[in-house]
Amino acid sequence: MSGGQPLLEVDGLKKHFPIRSGVLGGVSAHVYAVDGVSFDIRRGETLSLVGESGCGKSTVGKSILRLIEPTAGEVRLDGQRIDNLPAGQLRPLRRRVQVVFQDPFSSLNPRMRVRDILAEPLRNFGLATGHGETEDRVASLMDKVRLPRDAIGRFPHEFSGGQRQRIGIARALAPGADLIICDEAVSALDVSVKAQIVNLLSDLQDELGLALLFISHDLAIVEHLTHRVAVMYLGKIVELAERSTLFARSHHPYTRALLSAVPVPDPEAQRQRIILTGDVPSPINPPSGCRFHTRCPFVFDRCRVEEPLLRPVGKAGHISACHLEHAPGGEVVPQPNA
Amino acid sequence: MSVTSPALPDVLPPIRRRGRLRTLIRRNPTIAMGAALLGVVVFIAIFAPWLGTVDPTALAPAKRIRPPSEIYWFGTDMLGRDVYSRVMFGARVSLIVGFAVALLSSAIGTFIGVVSGYVRWLDSVIMRVMDGLMSIPPILLAIALMALTRGSVQNVIIAISVAETPRVARLIRGVVLSLREQPYVEAAIASGTRVPKIIWRHILPNTIAPLTVQATYICASAMITEAILSFIGAGTPPTVPSWGNIMAEGRALWQVKPYIVFFPAVFLSVTVLAVNLLGDGLRDALDPRLAKRL
Repeated sequence: MSGGQPLLEVDGLKKHFPIRSGVLGGVSAHVYAVDGVSFDIRRGETLSLVGESGCGKSTVGKSILRLIEPTAGEVRLDGQRIDNLPAGQLRPLRRRVQVVFQDPFSSLNPRMRVRDILAEPLRNFGLATGHGETEDRVASLMDKVRLPRDAIGRFPHEFSGGQRQRIGIARALAPGADLIICDEAVSALDVSVKAQIVNLLSDLQDELGLALLFISHDLAIVEHLTHRVAVMYLGKIVELAERSTLFARSHHPYTRALLSAVPVPDPEAQRQRIILTGDVPSPINPPSGCRFHTRCPFVFDRCRVEEPLLRPVGKAGHISACHLEHAPGGEVVPQPNA
Repeated sequence: MSVTSPALPDVLPPIRRRGRLRTLIRRNPTIAMGAALLGVVVFIAIFAPWLGTVDPTALAPAKRIRPPSEIYWFGTDMLGRDVYSRVMFGARVSLIVGFAVALLSSAIGTFIGVVSGYVRWLDSVIMRVMDGLMSIPPILLAIALMALTRGSVQNVIIAISVAETPRVARLIRGVVLSLREQPYVEAAIASGTRVPKIIWRHILPNTIAPLTVQATYICASAMITEAILSFIGAGTPPTVPSWGNIMAEGRALWQVKPYIVFFPAVFLSVTVLAVNLLGDGLRDALDPRLAKRL
């Protein structure tokens, strides 16, 4: 990945959902779903956003798409802010950022034929005029996702889950996007179909130079297609690194716990498992200090009072939000107060 | 990551064949039965003048309160009018009121529901008004509205529609609120589709199933309300025969001449039953949770 301006920059993104209660609907509390998330994605790059369910990773995706309005922070596409654009000015930019959702059943309108589903973005952005041109574009989209052309007259319920996900990908490709946000795009599929879709996505990335924001809870899948990985916990990024660095030399105890939960297809393999106890704390009232301190096996006094900031650790581009310093052997030692 | 994904390995499932009439009857016996009964009533309403009827308003004082016979199949009432003819023609009022109220309240209710579901700041205002209307029993509301105007079929339709609209509005608002969170709607927004088109192409087509079911229940309820209004004299004018006012006129004599009340009552019950059967069948056929069962 060479330098230059990133395609997408996310800077200090926050989304706090108000909780209204009472007759008058006064705001009684907030859900801190996303609380200061920053990252960038370069052209043709895949960045994976991983974390447990409820950590805010989908909210990040929806905030970038402006399906929900972010509370604070900036989102820039090619240097231009898109988080505060009025709807009318945002519409032409929507062409460049598209989305593929998790559930292949609810992400396609059951009452529309594949032809109409794929033609909708083409017509909206004026990318195809006239019946013939639209048909041609739709047919070439079907080729791109390796579905038979003659299936365009069918309804979504006549396809299998993997095939529907291909239709979802074709719809995201239709306007010629630069960035596709895959929100758990393969999580609902069987293992074999998952592999097909992951391979399709990386083929398309090579072919079209797409950037992907791959939101997932499954590190095993992420390892196969990502360039960089960002790990989220309770609305914050706790670690961000190149794929090889993260999988070999992760720093944050939460990342290590996630990695140790990835199944290894070798019954003889011996490894240290980090089993986390308890549940994810409520994002309504996140823990003080480090948000992970309630479940961290290496917690010490400083973690409870001082919130760790993302700081460079190890190789270039590897950042982690943890007070611990790792000794070369992989052991951890508390870092003294600064 | 240079592995090329193989050509489509999973084959497309075959297209399901369109069901024939026989499979329709076997799979949805309630729809078939309801539709058949309703079909008979619609036939009667349309072809009433050719079903051996006489003028339903023709008075014949000499032939009052005759019991059912070869000439007067359902007997005659206290003014000598042929009850059979009146019942056949009465089907028209019931069906017109039932269908018109179902259509009118569906159309207005859908509009209010969509506005309420989409324009969030209007929602609480609209829904409190709907709650207010729903807190009055529909029959009382219809009687109150009829008291403000003169009796005519058109006014009956408007009065009952006002009373039934809040039910549709509530239903559609709920459906719209759940549909607008559907990923395909979000995908459409991300694809640059404007709000009116989203409502027209993605929201409204998916409200048709619950709306159809609700409309059949409203149709049945409107027929009963119309009969009640006519029965208490607040509905169609006495010059227009309707099942409600035939029963009202037979009421005074029902202990000695029960047939005057009996025949219109049977027709009303059967028609309402037919519409309800149709509604139940449609609900089972259109509800995806129930549709999966074999």
